[in-house]
Amino acid sequence: MRVFPTRRLRALRKAMLGVVGLTGFLVVWQLIPTLGLINPLYLPYVTDVLARLFEQIVDLAFWRRLGSTMTSWAIGLTVATVAAVVLGTVVGLVPFLRRATHTMVEFLRPIPSVALIPLAVLMFGIQRQAALVIIIYASFWQVFVQVIYGVADVDAVARDTARSFGLTRREQLSHLVLPTTLPYLMTGLRLAAAVALILAITAEMVIGNPGLGRMIELSRSAGDAPGLYALVVVTGLLGLAVNIVFRFIERRVLSWHQSVRGEEPL
Amino acid sequence: MTAYTGRIATTVRGRTVGSRIAASLLYPLGLPTLLLVLWGLVATRTTSLFFPDPLTIAEAFRDTWIGPAFVEDVLPSLARLGLGVAGSIVLGIAAGTVIGLTRWLRELLEPVLEFLRAIPPPVLIPVVMLLLGITDTMKVVVIVSGAIWPILLNTIEGVRGTDSVMTETAESFQVTWWERLWFLVLPAASPRIMAGVRQALSVALILMVISEMFASSSGLGYRIAYFQRNYLIAEMWSGILLLGLVGIFLAVAFGLVERRVLRWYHGIREVNRA
Repeated sequence: MRVFPTRRLRALRKAMLGVVGLTGFLVVWQLIPTLGLINPLYLPYVTDVLARLFEQIVDLAFWRRLGSTMTSWAIGLTVATVAAVVLGTVVGLVPFLRRATHTMVEFLRPIPSVALIPLAVLMFGIQRQAALVIIIYASFWQVFVQVIYGVADVDAVARDTARSFGLTRREQLSHLVLPTTLPYLMTGLRLAAAVALILAITAEMVIGNPGLGRMIELSRSAGDAPGLYALVVVTGLLGLAVNIVFRFIERRVLSWHQSVRGEEPL
Repeated sequence: MTAYTGRIATTVRGRTVGSRIAASLLYPLGLPTLLLVLWGLVATRTTSLFFPDPLTIAEAFRDTWIGPAFVEDVLPSLARLGLGVAGSIVLGIAAGTVIGLTRWLRELLEPVLEFLRAIPPPVLIPVVMLLLGITDTMKVVVIVSGAIWPILLNTIEGVRGTDSVMTETAESFQVTWWERLWFLVLPAASPRIMAGVRQALSVALILMVISEMFASSSGLGYRIAYFQRNYLIAEMWSGILLLGLVGIFLAVAFGLVERRVLRWYHGIREVNRA
């Protein structure tokens, strides 16, 4: 009986400290320009930034830009995930392909996707496709590598058992390969979602296709510091939301898995 | 009889060694060569200006990057990258250790750090530009401000996960604070720290390129954007190739360092698996 109250007390303390920390962060931010440490032209008051944030929230144009960014994000992430799952499964299941593609993958994966921005601009101009090229390239590898690891991780005993019970290829895929790969896939998906968001906004900043990123670049060149900081806060919240949503999906999809159930294996 | 079997054994072994060498060369090099040849064939047939053939790119690579451009563009870029990465490693590990060891500090800062980490790093470029102007310092600060988060948060997690039995043993043997830090806490956190550094490296490379595309008159990112704006297609491809090589070099160098630093850790895992 004593364990429960202390645990609740601890959680309460943690939440309180978190709120204090967040408030402290905002107070320090407010104090820096107030005390004149940094010119408010370059680091605006928190109050101004928050006021601008609320102004944006009731502005329809802001939501249209947000929608544009998130559309690129969603299309890019979907295309990359589908391609990576299909190719990753095929390459992972065939040892010959795995050996033959290994160097190619190790060579292409570290190439920073932003290096492809000039190429994408030449091919598609300032349209959404240019941003998609970069988003897809970056998020593809995250999922692809995880799927290859996952498919290769199938337990040898389980595979032999499936074979001696005469499971067909399709049955083996859905009862053996899929459950083994799913945790890897979800990790890859969560990483890819974050990377896709980063590159969707980066592409808009550098290429100039419409969206939040272009708005950031425009407010910078216009010298609109409160607007710039408000948009940075928005992108931070967006990143946080993507992270939380994908963590939730991961827990939901893997609710049967030992890592989520938190039980010891027998 | 013995000589006979012996001869067969050697010939068989000779053949397998030969074919094994051939296979070990063919597997890694086969697909890249095939793709290069395919690219060359398509490039000579197509009318598209954007895909020059590999030989033209190789020539452009030699003419563009070997010579003064290496000193003017490549070295400054790499110097900024190096400074930025070094800065984020030092700051990230130092702050991460302090925060990870102090419970109230960790709970106090957790929401703020989670938020700051969630900000897409390239968004910080306009902010730092506003605060510091367009200077070399700004680019290094941009790299640090983006690359520090994976290292910082992984260090916090790693330090927090130090085995409690070992901590208590060190305490009861009255090991001094510094010794405990150096021989227990940091080694225990090092696998997590290295995972953070790996993420930080790719973020740093991205930020180096974009900060130069945005605001610079030298550097790899600037050069590539310049080639693209002036329709110097082969030169642009050679820049992409160079960036790719830098990325691969970083990955290989990191792999070597990681293997050295975490040799004990991989050893333990190997033993556990066997």
